[in-house]
Amino acid sequence: MGKAFVFGDNIDTDLIVPGKYLTLSTPAELATVCMAGLAEDFVLRISEGDIFVAGRNFGCGSSREHAPVSIKAAGVSCVIATSFARIFYRNAINIGLPVLESAGAAAGIREGDEVLVSMEKGLIINQSTDESYTFTAFPKFILEIFQAGGLVDFIKMQHK
Amino acid sequence: MGMTITEKILAHNSGQEQIEAGEIVNAKLDGVLANDITAALAIPQLQEMGYEKVFDAERVFFVMDHFVPNSNVNAAMQCKVCRDFARASDLKYFYDVGEMGIEHVLLPEKGHVLPGDVLIGGDSHTCTYGALGAFATGVGSTDLAAGLAKGELWFKVPPSLKFIYEGKLPRYVSGKDLILYTIGQIGVDGALYKAMEFAGAAITELPMDGRFTMCNMAIEAGAKNGIIAPDEITEKYVRMRARRPCQIYTSDADANYEKVYTFDVSALEPQVAVPHLPSNARNISEVKSITLDQVIIGSCTNGRLSDLRAAAALLTGQKVHPYVRTIIIPGSQEVYLQALKEGLIEIFISAGAAVSTPTCGPCFGGHVGVLAAGEVCLSTTNRNFVGRMGHPQSAVYLASPVVAAASAIKGRVASPWEVV
Ligand code: SF4
Repeated sequence: MGKAFVFGDNIDTDLIVPGKYLTLSTPAELATVCMAGLAEDFVLRISEGDIFVAGRNFGCGSSREHAPVSIKAAGVSCVIATSFARIFYRNAINIGLPVLESAGAAAGIREGDEVLVSMEKGLIINQSTDESYTFTAFPKFILEIFQAGGLVDFIKMQHK
Repeated sequence: MGMTITEKILAHNSGQEQIEAGEIVNAKLDGVLANDITAALAIPQLQEMGYEKVFDAERVFFVMDHFVPNSNVNAAMQCKVCRDFARASDLKYFYDVGEMGIEHVLLPEKGHVLPGDVLIGGDSHTCTYGALGAFATGVGSTDLAAGLAKGELWFKVPPSLKFIYEGKLPRYVSGKDLILYTIGQIGVDGALYKAMEFAGAAITELPMDGRFTMCNMAIEAGAKNGIIAPDEITEKYVRMRARRPCQIYTSDADANYEKVYTFDVSALEPQVAVPHLPSNARNISEVKSITLDQVIIGSCTNGRLSDLRAAAALLTGQKVHPYVRTIIIPGSQEVYLQALKEGLIEIFISAGAAVSTPTCGPCFGGHVGVLAAGEVCLSTTNRNFVGRMGHPQSAVYLASPVVAAASAIKGRVASPWEVV
């Protein structure tokens, strides 16, 4: 469970991790610049478990995996959006950051709402308003990657 | 049921007769590309997956182009990871300072991508190679590591959108204007997860460089890939460069398209995408007088020889406005050398522009022309997101090389017709 940060449409990867920070590579370093394109010290507002909620096309722009890594390392437990840009979406799954497509949740959740996500039940629950929303289920193939803990571990398992 | 060119390529590389949109396939990769930023992340991941070497040292292309020549100590450290790895694993194609170009200019030029290929790159603009009739798409570093390890990757077959451009392009209207106009029509998520297939009379007439520009920006509409069926222009380009056989595919007449758009472009004006989205395309006549601090001509979108020729044609005997820092970045060493031989570099320098060695540089706010708060740049690059080229309070206008050259001269956003 965590509190929601609400963003608009087309949040691009230059807002999430601006180009000048692309010489950083460890999760710990990248956490410090999460959403620095919006506010340099944005990360200070995030507590462990918080949730990002956005409109259409979240994560558009570059292929930089720094973006989902930074969001995850900053403590964000999942990103809910009406839709995601495709490279960001794959990257997030590959590194184990849950990304949930739910137009209902994106429309219904307000900044600061307390939100609970149940991956097992496929439900997003807004505890501040008592509303709940479903999200688009993942294909089996992708669930296997999730279960392995991400693509690195998935391939490591196969390789053995 | 017929298949689109995208479906045919993915079917072939996944060993299937027939596939359709939505299916998940595991496809063999004909090439894997990485740059100094994305390779640096992928190398440790590859090792963590249990692999010391890449799947094929002749099918992997590393291009040091983003923070290169190294802009600071962190960038140098990051490149060193790539340089050390490339030597230790005997990569045949490792392009560094002196040989390198911007990856998406370089790979086609070197004949590393051919029609019918499936290629992934750790860079979103990998979709550029669709101009050759290949399936090419950008991935993040973990997918990149997986591709480097195994030479194969899973893909969800994208539904295709077809864009038909009818008519003849007016003078000073180029591939850049076509793609900006298209993104303006469908929005930055108008092709999300989909293939954008470009066709029609205006495409048949479009030279390779313009086709690269169009496919390059497919990602700015959210597309998985952009693609143009190979024709004589493609074959001529490829013939000079290919060192292995390739496979030409075209879409069947009864292929399935999610949507078909038809645009008559015979009266299209040069387009300018105003801040802060590539979809904010406007006719240049509708853009009010915007004073500029900087003009950039270059990048994987418009850093090719015909782009420099078009800019030079307007800059010949002219001076850029004294308040406009004009930076011209040839996309590769080959482009640079040819521009030099043709006298283009002399034209640029005489006009008061700076010419840089090939690099991504300012395109992503890295170096060689970063913007301050309040500054405005007109650029031939592909993204004008908030802060893309520097300070979050700077602004970027996107346009073609001729608009950039005219604007550099005038000191404000200007049409090429104002300076000829
Ligand atoms: S020129 Fe710009 S868009 Fe192209 S690869 Fe380099 S940073 Fe990316």
